[in-house]
Amino acid sequence: MAVLKNTSQYEMQEILFPLKVHDLSQVFCGKLLSSGFFPPTFCIFCPMGVIVGNVLSGEKVLSIREHLRSIREILLANIVMAAEIPAPTGDEGNLTRFLSDRFTEFGLNNISRDEAGNVAGVLAGSSGKRNLLVAAHVDKIWADSEDHTVSVGVGEMSGRGIADNALGVAVLATLPLMLESLGVELESDLILLGTTKSLGRGDLGGMRFFLENSDWEVASALCVEGIDLGRLSYSSLGMARGEIVVTVPEDAETPDLAVAGAIPVLTEIMERLLEMSRRDYPNTVIRTGTMEAGSGYNVPPRGGRIHFEIRSTGAGKVKRMEREITAMVEAVSSQPDVTASVEMIAHRQPGNLGKRHPLASTAQRAMRALDIEPTVEPSVSELAALLDQGIPALTLGITKGQHRHSPEETIQLDPIFDGLAQLVSVLLFMDTTDFTN
Amino acid sequence: MSDLEEKIAKWLNTNTFHHSEFWDLKELVRAKEKAGVSISLCIPTLNEENTIGKEIIVFKSELMDRYPLLDEIAVIDSGSTDRTLEIAASYGADTYLSADILPNHGFKPGKGENLWKAIYQLKGDIICYVDADIKNIHSKFASALVAPLIYRQEIQYVKAFYDRPLAVSNELRASGGGRVTEILVRPLFSVFFPELTALMQPLSGEYAVRREVLEALPFPIGYGVETSHLIDVYQAYGLQSFAQVDLDKRVHRNQSTASLGKMAFGILQSFLNRLKGYDLVTDMPEMNGIFRQLLAEGRRYEQRVLSIEEEERPPMITLPEYRERHGR
Repeated sequence: MAVLKNTSQYEMQEILFPLKVHDLSQVFCGKLLSSGFFPPTFCIFCPMGVIVGNVLSGEKVLSIREHLRSIREILLANIVMAAEIPAPTGDEGNLTRFLSDRFTEFGLNNISRDEAGNVAGVLAGSSGKRNLLVAAHVDKIWADSEDHTVSVGVGEMSGRGIADNALGVAVLATLPLMLESLGVELESDLILLGTTKSLGRGDLGGMRFFLENSDWEVASALCVEGIDLGRLSYSSLGMARGEIVVTVPEDAETPDLAVAGAIPVLTEIMERLLEMSRRDYPNTVIRTGTMEAGSGYNVPPRGGRIHFEIRSTGAGKVKRMEREITAMVEAVSSQPDVTASVEMIAHRQPGNLGKRHPLASTAQRAMRALDIEPTVEPSVSELAALLDQGIPALTLGITKGQHRHSPEETIQLDPIFDGLAQLVSVLLFMDTTDFTN
Repeated sequence: MSDLEEKIAKWLNTNTFHHSEFWDLKELVRAKEKAGVSISLCIPTLNEENTIGKEIIVFKSELMDRYPLLDEIAVIDSGSTDRTLEIAASYGADTYLSADILPNHGFKPGKGENLWKAIYQLKGDIICYVDADIKNIHSKFASALVAPLIYRQEIQYVKAFYDRPLAVSNELRASGGGRVTEILVRPLFSVFFPELTALMQPLSGEYAVRREVLEALPFPIGYGVETSHLIDVYQAYGLQSFAQVDLDKRVHRNQSTASLGKMAFGILQSFLNRLKGYDLVTDMPEMNGIFRQLLAEGRRYEQRVLSIEEEERPPMITLPEYRERHGR
């Protein structure tokens, strides 16, 4: 019997991962853990008394995937319904009501909608000694008035917002049923949270409100995004979003402004933004998402705007860049006939769980078992707020998809079960792992 | 208020429902089990690949897996050339080609043919028909239609109505019938069967009926099937046997005026056949089944001549194969 002394849990994890799981009971001995669907050979208990975690074999991950197909129709119907209910940022009430109804039907505890509009429900665990969080943002980029009809083809569905993030919402709505069908009873209490005000000016308002005001202490968390399968985010970038607004008077005396209105000013600002972005690329970048002005052929636009986002691995760099942009806009505004201003509308602090963190390694193991190539990318979504609070957390994608943020946004249906199997595998690991050691 | 108006008002009060009255699906399933009835959902199709998948997913998940209200979901197809049947089967519906059902009786193209053959093929004591072209599908399109049949034994035939107008100037909204309803069927009913004007949308393709009623009905195979049903059921059981359910809103493809003209012609033929059959008119000329339309392009005028024969299938109960299969 091998006994590892004075070994931290994370170090042990590094030792364990190269081993095949069926070897583990020969390497270690101790109390075995088990739960319904899972044979006890996959649960290990270190003789030192430190629970290392419920590490599933590749075979078991695959069997979860096959088992979850039994709830296919219910999941697909939930996707359709979550996609066809409009939920523009700040007006998500109808979709959170749908989630709340699903939570109620399943008999979750503490179902509530908070002041930010978030909806939460708790699946009580056997001991409740930890609280796990699975979250999906419910808001979509589409206005209420847009056609939200879903089309269903062979093996795929398409429609506005189906990938971002109707699929995530549907997974949240179906997760209690998934666990029940697998015969899994978690030890921990599982908080299912549909967050509001995630996108654009929402600036993660829902998640931030929950973390700042909830009494639940979250031990670890997963954020669910519809696409893309293989997405693995365990770090968040420092980020700031802003809007630059330019106006010129109708009777501008400057010749260029008289014939082209705000356009020369916008292009000048654009050139300067690109110049700044080039300096520290790729560590710090300024992305421009929108530049708009005018509405016809021959009327010079009197106003215009640019939406931009600064992303960087360092929080200080984001701040510095923000100050530079403000100074640049002020300089432009000092020119005759020009009024320009900048408003910063969203901020994120950078955070990083680290690729060696057992949560990140477990997700990669589950993906490999399912033949999914992990795509590690930093996130600027809910994960940022969680890491900011020191909560171990990941963002996972559920399936493959195309045409994100277009009216024909499409998700593939079969890979969903790979995505769900990875999600459940990671969740089971979280359930038996104490990350505070 | 005349006796007729009073009767309609009373019927509207007791036999017109809103789908929200049947929101409690758990209770509905309990009542269904207590009543000891089985329910089949039939979706007649012809090239409906864009909408059929979603309908099957929603009905199967909500009304079979979550709440076991439906005992079978069947698609009966007139010979689609697109992927309608493949998609329907991939999401768990039973799929049938209309031509393969009762092959000794041949195959006639038309939605009514599929509805008629469904009575033979499906097992339910109640059959609920839902068209395949609904974009905003919801489980209420079936559950709210079968609910009055489960809760009220005397009701035989339940019709859907929907489509709120975009703006309402009075407290009462218009009945919201389609164009053919408002300019053909409602005027005809007003003259010959005034009590049937109580039905908001007599032509809606969503309705649920008890088997013993369906099996005794002759079936026009084309556009006239719904109108004929209403007249036949009304003549046999009276207004009290009907109910109607408000499903709020139905989004579907819009038909051209020329298509509606063909539909109106088919309905008119069935209607006149019924008048003749029930001896409500005498000395009717022979109908030729030729519908004539005129097309104008600049100064060029063209006649379009279409043969629209409203053939009828006999009541299913008269077929020995049916009586044997269903023990009648």
